[in-house]
Amino acid sequence: MLNPFDNIHFDWLRRRRLFIGVSIAIMLAGLFSAVGRELVPGGTDSFNMGVDFQGGTIVTAKFRNRPSDDDIRTALNNAGVGDPVIQSTNKPDEVLIKIPLLEAETNPNGATEQDHTLQVQAGREEVKKALDTFGKAAEGDATLDSTPDAAYKIIGTDSVGAIAGSQLRNQAVIATLLGLVGILVFIAFRYDWTYAAGAVIAVFHDVIMVLSFFSIFQWEVNLTVIAAILTIVGFSVNDSIVIFDRVRENVPLRRNDSLFEITNDSINQTLSRTVITAGLVILSVLALVLFGGEVLRSFSLALLVGLTLGTYSTIAIASPIAIWWQAKLGDSKMKEAIAPASTKGEKLASSARKSVTRRPVTR
Amino acid sequence: MNRTALWIRTGVILAITLVGVYLVFGPRRMPTSADFTWEGIKANLAENINLGLDLKGGSHLVMRVKLDDYLKTMTENNAQAALSAINDHTDPKIPVASNATVAENGNYNFSITLGDGADPDVAVEAVKKKVDLQTWNETRSGSTITWTLGAAAQNTLKVDAVNQAKKIIESRINTYGVKEPTIQNQGSPTSGQILLQMPGVDDPERVKALIGAESNLALMKIVSAANPAPVTTYPTIEAAKASLGGTVPANRKILPYAERDEPTAAAGQTPDQKAPTKYVVVEYPAVVDGSELRNAEAVSRTGAQGDYQITFQFKPSGAQKFGDWTGKNINNYMAVVLNDEVKSAAFIKSQIFDSGEISGKFTKESAEDLALTLKSGALPAKIVYQEERTVGPSLGADSIRSGVEASLGGLALVIVFMLFYYRGSGVNAVVALVLNMLLTVAALVLIRSTLTLPGIAGLILGIGMAVDSNVLIFERIREELKAGFDIPTSIDLGFDRAFVTIIDTHITTIISSIILYMAGGAGPIRGFAVTLILGLLINLFTAVFVSKTIFNWEMNLRPKMNRLSI
Repeated sequence: MLNPFDNIHFDWLRRRRLFIGVSIAIMLAGLFSAVGRELVPGGTDSFNMGVDFQGGTIVTAKFRNRPSDDDIRTALNNAGVGDPVIQSTNKPDEVLIKIPLLEAETNPNGATEQDHTLQVQAGREEVKKALDTFGKAAEGDATLDSTPDAAYKIIGTDSVGAIAGSQLRNQAVIATLLGLVGILVFIAFRYDWTYAAGAVIAVFHDVIMVLSFFSIFQWEVNLTVIAAILTIVGFSVNDSIVIFDRVRENVPLRRNDSLFEITNDSINQTLSRTVITAGLVILSVLALVLFGGEVLRSFSLALLVGLTLGTYSTIAIASPIAIWWQAKLGDSKMKEAIAPASTKGEKLASSARKSVTRRPVTR
Repeated sequence: MNRTALWIRTGVILAITLVGVYLVFGPRRMPTSADFTWEGIKANLAENINLGLDLKGGSHLVMRVKLDDYLKTMTENNAQAALSAINDHTDPKIPVASNATVAENGNYNFSITLGDGADPDVAVEAVKKKVDLQTWNETRSGSTITWTLGAAAQNTLKVDAVNQAKKIIESRINTYGVKEPTIQNQGSPTSGQILLQMPGVDDPERVKALIGAESNLALMKIVSAANPAPVTTYPTIEAAKASLGGTVPANRKILPYAERDEPTAAAGQTPDQKAPTKYVVVEYPAVVDGSELRNAEAVSRTGAQGDYQITFQFKPSGAQKFGDWTGKNINNYMAVVLNDEVKSAAFIKSQIFDSGEISGKFTKESAEDLALTLKSGALPAKIVYQEERTVGPSLGADSIRSGVEASLGGLALVIVFMLFYYRGSGVNAVVALVLNMLLTVAALVLIRSTLTLPGIAGLILGIGMAVDSNVLIFERIREELKAGFDIPTSIDLGFDRAFVTIIDTHITTIISSIILYMAGGAGPIRGFAVTLILGLLINLFTAVFVSKTIFNWEMNLRPKMNRLSI
């Protein structure tokens, strides 16, 4: 039996200040990046928002002879499109061209509905006009193979107006927050609200950390990142629950030990599972980063960072907070209830009572 | 566990697996031998799994009906109709002090101020007889009567308008030949947003033009001297205004009159339209409008390109109106107005009942598109596009390949690790994982859900959770073994204890996924949530029930087992 995780007795909680310090440092870096970028005049924005949330147009074009990025950029500039982003895909003959919202629309006073139509209608046409300088496009059902004189074909368009962009963004944020409330209520119901608080704070930690990475490295934030963040939330809570569950199970078994010891041991007991699961999932996500293609890039990067941090935050953030809170509660309860016989039980806080009544102690 | 119970469990598992295999790989007809070949299986697979637009290619459009415009126009029309009703009333004649005034911006109401000595009750009755203002609240202040559209009535009208727009869009694209389009509300029904998905259409320009095309046809009386005098036109808007005394009253309109060149243009081109250098004054509202149309057709007189025109027929009600009016207006001039532009002006030779034509030199394509939009009816208001996403079939195929490759790669890694780390028991996990994938896809087929790229991501994460369940169970069994329990007890305890954790983790994720599904709109988030929810539900079956059954068989077949391969 292969088991490298036997007899690990690492004192996680004693190092909690170090862990929390590291987390805070990264978050501060993220905050610094987000605020700093906003303050520096002419600099980049806090986040590299994709067209989903900001409005704009992405055109995927397939060329017979792919011009260089600079040529494409020059052609776009000549056609009057400012700030285009040219990206290669994992295919040598394909290119992603991203153009920001057209000027008329970014003007908040002049932004009429006509202008919004403009974005969705005109975004593609502007790019097409620029690309026509490289030769004819294969239109409609025609492919590059079926039209020998065509130089390129537009094989994909994403065009989002400013109104739709902000709608998508709000919807995503609301969905995430509502999802968190659901999780909070469920954990509070199944365990204890101190645990719920610990898990949810850990989740916020993960989300903020992921956003910090996205701001620092200027990865693009689009709709798929929201899906990734929701997955991260799910996994982070999942990890927290596995540990909480073990604490809940251990508490009535070890009435003489402190909650700190019990939690430490619970983390160590579940460590093999944590490492194996997290390792496998992160490996799968790595496959996604490597082979998932450009379209999934933001998604897989967010997952990679988030799942790694989610595993870490369960141990380093969720448990210490839950325990700290429980200890506070326990202390105050001890002061209230002077009956010494019950103090041990009370000290172990509310979840212990639940556990005893709800779960048979078989060992 | 005794043999009978085990056989029953095994039977259940086999039955479900067979149903899953049939759902995913089986044909929806009598199977033939071809269905068992590799090609046949692939064809059935493609048939059964409903791929999203991002995977198979197509267009995704979000548009918005400008509902405010719709309500504004309606208010204006009602104001006009109410004013006419009061003006037309005889016995007693109702004096009117001012024209109807229509509120601007957000408030949909209009007021009419009556002149001295007028009885408001009589005026209201007169309006009620002629105009349907049931949903409008009527208030009076002195001699001014105001009709206001309440919030509830506004919403009803908005919902109706969106539904009408959906129907019109549907009929327009159906005629165009788009296969299996999806047309649905996006967001709340009063937001006016409509989602249109068209699989296989990767260059939606013509469809977009067709949908957005306005086709407000109206036949209007031109204010002009009667035949044989030529129709009265004005060179500028100002001149036309001057003829009306400087201001345009509410029951008149000045419209551009675009004369077309004679058909000299090359084949395949609509002849250039002359700039509308002329203007005519018409009576408003129209005699008959596009809603009275029964049919419209593109016809060619000579068969030459660029020589098409549109003929139309009225519904009985429209024909009656038109017949009455033409009977009374012989030798007067009438304008065929399309989208506020006079397409042709002609005098009435004799009474006409049910048909007319829009002459002009159209190409075949533009005449057909125009006839189509006329036939499907006018959109309640303008449509603006908010979002457009198109995926060419080759791009879609690439996404599938990379998504599937990544999934399979991840799965292979997991399988290798499980077999290496958990040895014999790893087989349980692998069976459970493969079954999980099969059944998740089968469930997608069963509920006719669409598999999108985020859906594939959801599938991958579902597999992640499935692996986690197996790991939780196995690690727990190992712990129980280490604590000195015998093999059957360890397995039972391991499953029982891990099950509590598994249930909690799964329910948490399912709860957040359901919320995600509900709050995530129609976008890609939904596809992700659906596959994840299905994967988790199925995992409760595969990771716990199936895996436990395999362990039980093992113990049952080798009761004296003293070492568990885990």
